Amino acid sequence: MNIFRHIKAGRARGILRLLLLSLLVLGACGDSGPKPEALSVLNRGTGDEPESLDMHKASSTGAGDVQRDIGEGLLGFTPDGELRAAAAESWDILDEGREYVFRLRPEARWSNGEPVTAEDFVYSFRRLVDPATAALYVKSVDSIENASEIMAGELLPESLGVSAVSTHEFRVRLKHSVPYFLSLLTHPSTFPVHRGSVEQHGDAHARAGNHVSNGAYKLVDWQLGSHIELVRNDQYWNNAKTAINRVIHYVSPEAMSELNRFRAGELHVTHTIPPESFRQMQEERPDEVRVSPSLAVYYYGFNMTKPEFAENPKLREALSMAIDRETIANDVIGRGEKPAYGWVPDGTANYVPRRFSYADMPKQERHKKAQQAFRQAGYGDQNPLTIELRYNTSNIHQRIAASVQAMWKDVLGVETVLIKEEFQVMLANIRQQDETQVFRLNWSGDYNDAHTFLSILESDNPSNLTGYQSEEFDSLMSRAAMQTDPIHRNAFLAEAESVLLGDHPVIPLYFYVNKSMVSKQVRGWGDNVLNYHYSQHLSLTTEE
Amino acid sequence: MLRYALLRILGAIPTLLLVIAIAFLMVRAAPGGPFDSERQLPPDIEANIERAYHLDEALPQQFLRYINGVIRGDLGPSYRYRDFSVSEIIAGAIPVTMKIGLLAILLSMIVGISAGLAAGMRKNTFLDRLITGVAMIGISVPVFVFAPLMVLVFAVTLNWLPASYSGSSGADRLLLPVIALALPQIAYIARLTRASLIDVMNSDYVRTARAQGLKTASIIRYHALKPTMLPLVSYLGPAFAAVLTGSVVVEHVFGIPGVGRFLVTSATNRDYTLVLGITIFYAAMVIVLNLVVDLFYAFLDPRIRRQ
Repeated sequence: MNIFRHIKAGRARGILRLLLLSLLVLGACGDSGPKPEALSVLNRGTGDEPESLDMHKASSTGAGDVQRDIGEGLLGFTPDGELRAAAAESWDILDEGREYVFRLRPEARWSNGEPVTAEDFVYSFRRLVDPATAALYVKSVDSIENASEIMAGELLPESLGVSAVSTHEFRVRLKHSVPYFLSLLTHPSTFPVHRGSVEQHGDAHARAGNHVSNGAYKLVDWQLGSHIELVRNDQYWNNAKTAINRVIHYVSPEAMSELNRFRAGELHVTHTIPPESFRQMQEERPDEVRVSPSLAVYYYGFNMTKPEFAENPKLREALSMAIDRETIANDVIGRGEKPAYGWVPDGTANYVPRRFSYADMPKQERHKKAQQAFRQAGYGDQNPLTIELRYNTSNIHQRIAASVQAMWKDVLGVETVLIKEEFQVMLANIRQQDETQVFRLNWSGDYNDAHTFLSILESDNPSNLTGYQSEEFDSLMSRAAMQTDPIHRNAFLAEAESVLLGDHPVIPLYFYVNKSMVSKQVRGWGDNVLNYHYSQHLSLTTEE
Repeated sequence: MLRYALLRILGAIPTLLLVIAIAFLMVRAAPGGPFDSERQLPPDIEANIERAYHLDEALPQQFLRYINGVIRGDLGPSYRYRDFSVSEIIAGAIPVTMKIGLLAILLSMIVGISAGLAAGMRKNTFLDRLITGVAMIGISVPVFVFAPLMVLVFAVTLNWLPASYSGSSGADRLLLPVIALALPQIAYIARLTRASLIDVMNSDYVRTARAQGLKTASIIRYHALKPTMLPLVSYLGPAFAAVLTGSVVVEHVFGIPGVGRFLVTSATNRDYTLVLGITIFYAAMVIVLNLVVDLFYAFLDPRIRRQ
């Protein structure tokens, strides 16, 4: 009964030995981590855990990275970001851009050996718009005939404007021409899902053991919170060109931990580089720091439902002009971010972005103009201004907000109250449009076209969180949408951007960059604005 | 004793229900929802998703639906990890958290008790001050500072150990997380043991034993050790809870697929069902651990048994 009576010197040592032994045994049992293999295994950091690997249920970039490995859409991108044929080997664009016919590769196979057919695409597109699927991301297909009506429950999924012309010919009819439609087809939401496994496994069809892939890799293991393991899909039509046998996507929500793993040699590629270590990495491992422009903008938005902002364009202009974007991009963050003097990022395909009239003005002059506009807005020493700036909890947002606070104080004498909130709380406050005055957000392009940036400020766009409403802007956007000629269309888009920049419903601060640590061992890594890096394009070498 | 244990378990059911109800209300009261992001969904899509997850129903109805599921052992689908059910997520994560937690407790007991006894037996010597000083540091330095520091030294610089749990398949991947988790507990247990031993050594019956001419070593072994352990046993429950919550940070730093990391992410993701599932898990753990500690305490201390 009394255990402590037995603890005599000799026994105590014995117990200690037993405890140590059990430590080791417990430690060794139940290990199921991935087994290392030399050059044929690629270890990638993938950021946040993918919310799903079901092509129709995920929408995050982390999920997309994995989905592009275990699936293939009609089109894809080259490492440098050029559109390329993928599941479709060729296509015709008919009826002034309203109809597309894709010819699928006859040799394409699912990982279980079945052929990939036009019927698979018909089934998958219908499943995406089916309300029962409850898909989160439908932007890729909402221009297809009847898509909106089906999602609203007014029509059946069978009435979607897609059909199988023959076993390997897939036809899509659009409501109106969409010049960037082909690039939408690189998004995983348009990838086919294997009908048999969906019908057999339902919601669990995208799990290891159930998933059937038409991509270069197939899913063999998914340990939530740890990693997703893929192996080469021998049935893939281009398998001969795949160099790496095994790809492990490691969940790495903490940028600093991810970087440590890279530095310890556990990862070949990281998802990002934490700002606090960026300079150190540039000095220590300059060849492995990869930075390239990204299609994303960091901005402050005005609550345009508040009369003090809505009715005072001069105030919005003054607040925008008073910010030194170079200081924020180069000194506060300093990972190669570009100061944003416009809304659409550089690098957007077939588009010359517009810039604020004061983009190239010397600092002193710009500050003077800002002070002038501030006075015209009715503010000054006699009528000082205090505004609230909301941002979500994060070191970097905090530092940027503090800099802007100082700049507004120095140039305009504005007092800024910084309000830090958890992301969902901030979002809810912005949506309520009640308390919020100025808020921080960012927007990253879904596809490589100016439309993805401009459209979110259209009056009826659900993602327009500023409440900005401009008839002129809306009409230019709808005129652009009606153009089939790309030059005319871009002219309307550019004009719309000019209107937007003149109205200042948003203060763009900087354009993001893609930043990753890429080991010297990795070959075939290309920089592209969408930050798509298919594992099938990569290979590993021992050469340094 | 068995009757007592059964009564305690039955008594835990209303507690658990209350915890579920409060957690349900609190997570729903938090602004935002599981499918909210800066990409606002078009109204039709939002309605489809709400319908699919029964979020369009009235709150009481949703609560009853949930409780009904819980009784049948179904914790519902995760709203964030849409390919998994909450039960699957938690079941997959428990063994990892438990393994690391138990090892940490074991380690902190072995090291903490030894250090505490050593310090207590040589009160006010250099050794005592050293151990107390180190323990003070162990208590004061938070895990989120210590854990990355260990990674930097042992994984990045010296390359002795993996930087993450998934960076190796051997037992070496457990070493840093277990130490990180155990450190504050080692410190606490050492201080507790030291104080308790000193207290016991000053008690009347030890003085009597001394007067009878017993050596200090025998006194400690036969008379002082057991009462010294009593406060420690009652600390075990909170220690387990601390290790479980401490695992939140450790699991993040080392990329360990345990329950702890979901505790935070499920709340920020507004993954309602996962928040509730994890709350139930932690609540059940605390209830069970407290029960075990109480039973063990009764087993050690005859005075309590008699009550």
